[in-house]
Amino acid sequence: MADIPEDILRRSAEARARAEGRPVEEVLAEMTGEAPAASSPAEPAPAGTEPAPAPAPAETAPAAPPVASGNGGIDVAALSVETGVPEAILLRATRARAKHDGLPDPTIAAPAGGGTAVATAPPPTTTAPAPAPAVPEGVRTQRLLTVVKAGAIQQVKSEPTDKVSVWPHLLAIEFVALLVILVVLTAVSIFVDAPLLEFANFNEQPNPSKAPWYFLGLQELLAYFDPMVAGVFIPTFGLIALMFIPYIDRNPSIRPSDRKLAIMIFTFFIVAAAILTIFGSFFRGPGFNFVFPWRDGIFFDDLLTILD
Amino acid sequence: MADGNGNGGLTGLLNDLSEQFRSSQVWTSIFRPGSPFRGGYSDSPRNRSYVVMNNVMYHLHPVKVKRHGVRLSYTLCLGGLSFFLFVVLTITGIFLMFYYRPTSPQAYLDIQALATDVAFGQFVRNMHRWGAHLMVLTVFLHMTRVFYHGAYKPPREFNWVVGVILLLLTLLLSFSGYLLPWDQLALWAFTVGSTMGSYAPVFGDSVSFALIGGVQISADTLLRWYVLHVLFLPFIIVLFMSVHFWRVRKDGGVSGPL
Repeated sequence: MADIPEDILRRSAEARARAEGRPVEEVLAEMTGEAPAASSPAEPAPAGTEPAPAPAPAETAPAAPPVASGNGGIDVAALSVETGVPEAILLRATRARAKHDGLPDPTIAAPAGGGTAVATAPPPTTTAPAPAPAVPEGVRTQRLLTVVKAGAIQQVKSEPTDKVSVWPHLLAIEFVALLVILVVLTAVSIFVDAPLLEFANFNEQPNPSKAPWYFLGLQELLAYFDPMVAGVFIPTFGLIALMFIPYIDRNPSIRPSDRKLAIMIFTFFIVAAAILTIFGSFFRGPGFNFVFPWRDGIFFDDLLTILD
Repeated sequence: MADGNGNGGLTGLLNDLSEQFRSSQVWTSIFRPGSPFRGGYSDSPRNRSYVVMNNVMYHLHPVKVKRHGVRLSYTLCLGGLSFFLFVVLTITGIFLMFYYRPTSPQAYLDIQALATDVAFGQFVRNMHRWGAHLMVLTVFLHMTRVFYHGAYKPPREFNWVVGVILLLLTLLLSFSGYLLPWDQLALWAFTVGSTMGSYAPVFGDSVSFALIGGVQISADTLLRWYVLHVLFLPFIIVLFMSVHFWRVRKDGGVSGPL
């Protein structure tokens, strides 16, 4: 009860006080548990059943099978709203299961709040018929049946994610990776000098002249296509297509088994680019003609100093 | 802070001194609370959070990350290494700028002088060159890694686009540096590369003119690509990198697990 907002409690107390003709303060005190329940015969509602919507999410109850769960009672009406199963069928199922389990009929027991805050009139099958409530003339008793859907108020869903501190777990790994690449780079730089050929000479074009290695795939394409296609259209189209991948591939799954087509297409282009680059680098000699690197030598200036 | 492990005099004295030094006002003014370099650092969840939050790293990393994201086999650190290589290239590049003049024939002579006159000159140039090749490789591998993990899917679509732009900028940075040694390799590799631009329909001649700063490659081309290489492209790539790193965090960190 403690988590029912003050104003809702107050409104509820006022309504009940009006219905029963008692002072508001008395009802309020009784509701908040500060005073014992008035032993008025005009109090047929079972204790603990408030006409106020409890903010507990409804999802806590309905997933369970419609069997009385320890609390003794089950609210078929609310469950019916919740699950969409017709009330009569639910009722029958609940009774059948209770009979099978040898339990008393749960649908007769008083509704016990549960996930849905429901105030219902006492079932008519109760052994001792309640005396007619002493309602003053002209005051209508309001019964409130509310199903509070989860998410209608607030969805408190804490998904437990397995997290670790960046320090030291991630930073340590990154630092080691950084050191490793620095060591590799330093070692290569100590032992292999960057190439420096003769002074630039506009009158003497080396044969073959090749672009930097990452453009050699494109230069290789120049051997097959018109320069406008190989030099402009294909790289431009390729870049744009690359950028549009997320908007073309609308498949939300990231599991490799769900995205075989995407992986296949991407791999095809990556492998094609790699083959073209390797081909342009090692299998093209003077005049950009085909050569075997193991027979005719390597015509790849980027690598010259490494091979020396 | 006398040591209790019975090692005795010298170690205890050094520990004392070190602790006193690390708790001094000057030292603690440099390292923010929670830094492991400060005296009295204790390994607690609160201090671990401080290490990140009170640090320049705060802009790169959250306090906590998904456990699968720190697995080396998942990211292979490729993005981080690309950034680290960019930092290495910036540092070595600044070093080289002290000894390089983008004029003909001085450019070539300066590169030669690096090997003979400048302490560690050849070594730093080697680092710059191989580091640049390595960065092209790591950026490219980073892209393929991201693709195979499906890490470009919502909400990360735009960061993929930024990443493609970064790949392009990396290639341009590498290519623009290619001309600067002003040797036969630089000149003719650049010629082949820049000729491709001239095949552009309609604007081919204009593109070519803009790329080489004239109707044929000359010392003006050298100056143009020098400025592009040391100022313009790094400036642009830093802007895009900022957006890229920021979006990595905003979009929920490393994607997955698969």
